Amino acid sequence: MKYAKAMVVALLCCLFVPGLAAAQSGGELHFCLRSEPKTFDPLKVEDDSSMAIRYLTGGVLVRMNRQTQALEPELALSWEVSKDGKQIRFKLRGGVSFSDGTPFSAEDVAYTVQQLMDPALHSATGDAFRSGPGNVETKIISPTQISITFPAPVAGLDRQFDQVAILSAHSAKKEMAVLGPFMVADYKPGATVLLKRNPNYWKSDAQGRKLPYLDSIQLDVQPNRDVEMLRFKRGEIDLINALDSEYFDKLAATSPQLVHDAGPSLDSEQMWFNQVAKAPLAQYKKNWFRSAAFRRAISEAINRNDLSRVVFLGHAQPAVGPVSPANKFWFNARLKAETYSPDAALKALQREGFRLENGALKDHDGNEVVFSIITNAGNKYRERMATMIQEDLGKIGMHVNVVTLDFPSLIERMTQTFDYEAILLGLTNVGLDPNEQMNVWLSSSENHQWNPQEKTPETAWEAEIDRLMRAQASSADAGKRKEAFDRVQEIVFEQAPFIYLVNRNSLSAVAASVVGASPVILAPQTYWNVDRLMVK
Amino acid sequence: MSLWRGVAIAVLLLVVGVSAAAPWLAPAGYARQYREAASASPSRAHWLGTDEIGRDRFARVLYGTRISLLLAPAAALLSTLLAALVGGLAGYLGGAWARAGMAVTDLFLALPWLFLLITVRAMMPLNVSPMISVLVTFLLLGLLGWTSAARVLCAAAGSLRNSDYVRQARASGIPAARLFWVHVLPNLKPVLYAQFWISIPAFILSEANLGILGLGVAEPMPSWGSLLKELEGLVSVGTEPWKFVPLALLVVVVTSFQLVLSKQEDEVAA
Repeated sequence: MKYAKAMVVALLCCLFVPGLAAAQSGGELHFCLRSEPKTFDPLKVEDDSSMAIRYLTGGVLVRMNRQTQALEPELALSWEVSKDGKQIRFKLRGGVSFSDGTPFSAEDVAYTVQQLMDPALHSATGDAFRSGPGNVETKIISPTQISITFPAPVAGLDRQFDQVAILSAHSAKKEMAVLGPFMVADYKPGATVLLKRNPNYWKSDAQGRKLPYLDSIQLDVQPNRDVEMLRFKRGEIDLINALDSEYFDKLAATSPQLVHDAGPSLDSEQMWFNQVAKAPLAQYKKNWFRSAAFRRAISEAINRNDLSRVVFLGHAQPAVGPVSPANKFWFNARLKAETYSPDAALKALQREGFRLENGALKDHDGNEVVFSIITNAGNKYRERMATMIQEDLGKIGMHVNVVTLDFPSLIERMTQTFDYEAILLGLTNVGLDPNEQMNVWLSSSENHQWNPQEKTPETAWEAEIDRLMRAQASSADAGKRKEAFDRVQEIVFEQAPFIYLVNRNSLSAVAASVVGASPVILAPQTYWNVDRLMVK
Repeated sequence: MSLWRGVAIAVLLLVVGVSAAAPWLAPAGYARQYREAASASPSRAHWLGTDEIGRDRFARVLYGTRISLLLAPAAALLSTLLAALVGGLAGYLGGAWARAGMAVTDLFLALPWLFLLITVRAMMPLNVSPMISVLVTFLLLGLLGWTSAARVLCAAAGSLRNSDYVRQARASGIPAARLFWVHVLPNLKPVLYAQFWISIPAFILSEANLGILGLGVAEPMPSWGSLLKELEGLVSVGTEPWKFVPLALLVVVVTSFQLVLSKQEDEVAA
């Protein structure tokens, strides 16, 4: 009998252990970071590479599903935001440990929030929670329950916790003790970051297998996009996030199954005119740039379809406004991209006193419409867009000079000297909530690019945007917030302080050896579900 | 004249002649955008295809050649004159003047001229026409490119200063200025010619480098530099050989200049 039992055990081991081992061994994922990560401290993250490492290693209370854009529980089993938007209560998952074995509790959440909100830390993540003066209060109700109270309402409070990786209050390893699927195992500055599977990661799949499937992730620091592409083609790396349209098409020509166009991303390309009152520009030019009719006419005279089709090879969509259609909840679907119509643009300008003389457009004082568009040197897409806009506006008699400047010079002109006429740049949006654009829309803000740091709103429509943005920020009612921000989008469309050009598509490449990848528009596009990826 | 030198001169004449005929060979001009045919392969309508925003590459090569070939010699002339003035005078006067002249030259040589050009571009007014931007670019190249030539000229003028005929002229009471202009400078001619010819390909390449950095000639005006920007990234010789025409032309022209100027160098050496 004993012999028979031993035989059965041996047989079971033979049948299941290799299978189990195979299921657990998910291989090593390999991809590139485009710059050196500046920090491994998740609270100090500002750059893309550090953000990638935070995503791969950090455990968060709630996570926005990058595919559905819905908020899902992670370390928090449930949460509740108070009606005034100032307080949030979390019920935490029990039995979870950090990568070094230190148990996770409400104390860690309290510690993380206190650290995050410490003004001395200057945390960009923490800034999203700073809506008013005063201190944040954390109250530990039990080891698995905590309430956090902010001095003023924080719009989209629960969503902000998607970016907050929880630190251990007690671990000697400080920020290197993590709750996410991977942990930093090795770091060679300027070369690689090696992440190993966190043995204490709390998640399992539907079959009860421990996640993540992958054994490790090797991240190579590689700023050169050409080299990244060549390495992907040679099979040395497994995925590329944010692929250029040219590279996308080159790869699609040979391996269409490896490339993914997920549609318009949150990022936008836009141009704007200088409306700063003290800018060193001729008064008649300031008058043009401060005229909504002039700006709208320019917007109408730009062929956005051509920009999308020619510059981005079809991997972009004409932009409508400050919110991309990719942002499912906040996009104002009533708005449509400006229709290309040089004739209508010219008529609108003529109504404003402009006239076409021998092919040159002149204002009512006889000043020829000549201005420059600056963009950053080395960005071929922006240079091409500027050159195409130059030709488009030439059709209505405007003479545009395209100027490419190195980035620091451009920023100096944009923020210090205000010595520019129009700028063409892009905006990278990482968050969905309009609160993340607060620093752009408030007229007092430094990033209110067309006319920064206004002491009081200089126009009625800017005052209205200020009011609406503050109203949506202080409301916990999603419907009311949406209504306010829809109106902001309409005002921006009508007044055209930014002339939105295109939303670039989210393009990526994933090797056939990667199992479980389904690229999306939100960062990190290809590995948002990293704990369920495997490499064959 | 060697066969290769003859071929080089013929090539240069051909390039100059064809680019001079650009308005007749490419009447649509270099700026027109055929957006429905962007990034097109060569065809009867577009002999070298079109660039990324649909501009005829053949027209842009012709007009770009005119600009680069016209202005590079102009910049070379300016830099050679400056080199003659600084290097020639320093060598002729000798002593503390030579040391001061060469110290200034060394200072200019040590300048990170690329950053200087970036700074100057950033300080320039924004609303300048493309043609002005071209002129300014080559003017700057000329103003900054005299240093190496000045060193050569200083050495050459120094040896002339100690030559017997100059000593004799000085002893016979010829004023210093007349001695320099009438007796020293004409004898520096072979060195000046050589420096002039050497500078032309150097400036063509410098403008090309500036173009790749997004500086120099402004859109929509073409130059060899802006045409070479197309080769950034993963361009394949096998699948898109026509994109390499500007590069091939640059190599051919620079090589031809080298072959032509080798005669001047031989003369200097003799």
